[in-house]
Amino acid sequence: MKIGISYDVIRWEEKDLLQAIRRYGSTPVPIYLKDFHLTTEERLEDSPDLIVQRSVSHKRAQLSTLVFEGMGLSVVNPSTTLLLCQNKLHTTIQLSVNKISTPRTGIAFDETSALKLASKIGYPVVLKPIEGSWGRMTAKALDEDTLRSLLEYQRYTNTYYNNAFYLQEFVKKPDRDIRVFVIGDEAPVGIYRVNERNWRTNTALGARAEPLKVDEELEDLALRVREVVGGHFLGVDIFEDKERGYLVNEVNAVPEYKNTVRVTGFDVSGKLVSKLTEVIKR
Amino acid sequence: MVMVKCPVCGEQVSVDDNALPGEIVEHECGAQLEVFNDHGKLSLRLAEQVGEDWGE
Repeated sequence: MKIGISYDVIRWEEKDLLQAIRRYGSTPVPIYLKDFHLTTEERLEDSPDLIVQRSVSHKRAQLSTLVFEGMGLSVVNPSTTLLLCQNKLHTTIQLSVNKISTPRTGIAFDETSALKLASKIGYPVVLKPIEGSWGRMTAKALDEDTLRSLLEYQRYTNTYYNNAFYLQEFVKKPDRDIRVFVIGDEAPVGIYRVNERNWRTNTALGARAEPLKVDEELEDLALRVREVVGGHFLGVDIFEDKERGYLVNEVNAVPEYKNTVRVTGFDVSGKLVSKLTEVIKR
Repeated sequence: MVMVKCPVCGEQVSVDDNALPGEIVEHECGAQLEVFNDHGKLSLRLAEQVGEDWGE
């Protein structure tokens, strides 16, 4: 079997995946997106049975997946999952429609309306870019005065959604959140992401990974998320709320897992390759 | 290992023979470089800066 790895930057994860593919007796086919150029009539020279999308750039991930799918190739994750997960509003709406609890969230398209929305949600509120990752540009406003400044800053950035204000309640979670990985039809591993000094618990911002036992409730929740967004490999970010229980914050369609492997010893790449092999054989 | 010229300081940088395009190399001059295939030859260029659309 040949398994393609579509990528733009080789991180620890991509190296580990390449090794796991060999370990499971398949042949890895690295596809470096910056060298990629094909017309829509062409086919990949060394056509793989399936491609794992690992591009760190969301745009490259989305567009190259569309091209691969147009060639009739299966991609993990598919373009529909990437599209849904890379847009936070799209994710939130689909989760809510499917009765999966999320933090209270709203959207406004003008600064005055955004201030009214924040009053409805209640301060503190969190302003997030609709597309973004690693906690980048996610900001907490304690009051209207701060929010007004943050809205103005966002308005004058050159981001694509600079005039769409995605506001969320600030969930008073413990100094951590939960990341559960969905691999195929299982949710076998997860971590706590702990940060006592920063409310943003992204490991990219210095949060510490700690092992987590994925209990039945968390596994069920993560698999329900998968039913909504699709795909075979997801990182589901979950908040713990004292009154409401688990709230799904975001879903990552190209998840990083170096720290998860380090603290849990779980072979994420191996599990993924084994699940993908099942998909190819079907 | 192959020796490749650093595009920033001009010094020689050693790169693994099996390096794949897209691998990041930190050079002692402070430059963050990425491996790329220059007409069949391993070469180095300045690594792309973290983009607004980068992430998980």
